[in-house]
Amino acid sequence: MLPSSFEYHRPTTIDEALDLLASLGDDAKVLAGGQSLIPMMKLRFAAPAHLVDINRIEGLDAIEEADGELHIGALVRHNQLAGSELIGSKYPLIAAAAPQIADPLVRNLGTIGGSLTHCDPSGDLGAVMLAANARVVLKSKDGEREVPVTEFLADTFQSSIAPNELLTKVRITSPTGAYGGTYLKLERKIGDYATVAVATRLMMSNGSIGAAGIGLTSVGLTNIKATAAEDALVGQAPSRELFAEAGQLAAAAASPVGDVRGSEQYKRHMVEVYVRRGLTRSAEMAGAA
Amino acid sequence: MEVTITVNGTAHTLDIEPRELLVHVLREELRLTGTHIGCDSTSCGACTVLYDGTPVKSCTVFGVQADGIEITTVEGLLTAAGLDPMQAAFKEHHGLQCGFCTPGMMLVGKCLIEQNPAPSDDDVRDAIGGNICRCTGYMNIVKAIQAAAAQQQAASTPTPANA
Repeated sequence: MLPSSFEYHRPTTIDEALDLLASLGDDAKVLAGGQSLIPMMKLRFAAPAHLVDINRIEGLDAIEEADGELHIGALVRHNQLAGSELIGSKYPLIAAAAPQIADPLVRNLGTIGGSLTHCDPSGDLGAVMLAANARVVLKSKDGEREVPVTEFLADTFQSSIAPNELLTKVRITSPTGAYGGTYLKLERKIGDYATVAVATRLMMSNGSIGAAGIGLTSVGLTNIKATAAEDALVGQAPSRELFAEAGQLAAAAASPVGDVRGSEQYKRHMVEVYVRRGLTRSAEMAGAA
Repeated sequence: MEVTITVNGTAHTLDIEPRELLVHVLREELRLTGTHIGCDSTSCGACTVLYDGTPVKSCTVFGVQADGIEITTVEGLLTAAGLDPMQAAFKEHHGLQCGFCTPGMMLVGKCLIEQNPAPSDDDVRDAIGGNICRCTGYMNIVKAIQAAAAQQQAASTPTPANA
């Protein structure tokens, strides 16, 4: 299958890319890993007149900590996240999710920036970044702005990025004290979209829950941040009853549709089960179970 | 657009359309038809090639992206000395039936045993998670990749002096 014809641009610096995006406007799409964009173009769901390939821009693929934050460059591949010692030692939610994205060959190319900007409600990293309260850095010729992922994931396949902007990095506040997190994904086979997946994260503070994050995958028109469930957890001591309540609140926030992967009722039930299970595992990691 | 792609060690300068996928460039421009087109939708792995040493699905990369990149296809496994140990192991252990998925399986196997010289069953099954076989049920593919790993280890073990 061949996509429609397009003009190909390969900038080698961020400034060059921003110039191109500013002059080409709505007619251009940024090509990162291409693992969602290229299939969309082959199916003619997308037919950009220009592609701006950012793969040769140096410095967009770093994973590093600075000033109490984790910075993940837009071009970091899923397998790079999965293999990162820093992520493995300190960011258990991301470490659990990365090796479950798509399949190993797709993970060799797919990037965090591309995945988030694609805004697929079945995308794993969207739920992870909602649970982590992440922000994305968007650059344009006019400057730079930081947008919370809750705002960035605006709608189905629709992020809040402007045509002249480039996502350059994802920022997450580094955890302190005792914490845990995990990603539970129900899928029919490797590489299939999640039937249901749940990202959970807990940070303890003096024996009670200081911060909680819950993100849901494949159960709505976007990835969903289960804020009522998060609010119910904060300030409480971890317990089975509390996690069961959070599971029910998260299931109420989900709006799945029945399809070949399962009925609406089944998916909602699995959200409840996975939130309970994910929180229990997160609390165990934090030494609070 | 003019690009130079190194395929199996040989640099090729080609004039290609940006919308041509890497798999088209390999099969149609260079006539290297060992790389197969299966699903054409990033699902099956029949079009797997090594892209600067990393396995990727060549139906989901544009040819122009490979400008300046080293590509290895299944044709690149054969050496003057004969079959690559991975190819020999697939032959020996009946790791193929129809052969359609085999180029991708062998290239993923090559990359795996370079990084992990003694992969467990689970390691192999994880690595080939993006490659679908519809004939053999994977058992012999796993065996073949492990046999190639063992062969590679035996070949790299130095012979004791004066043995």
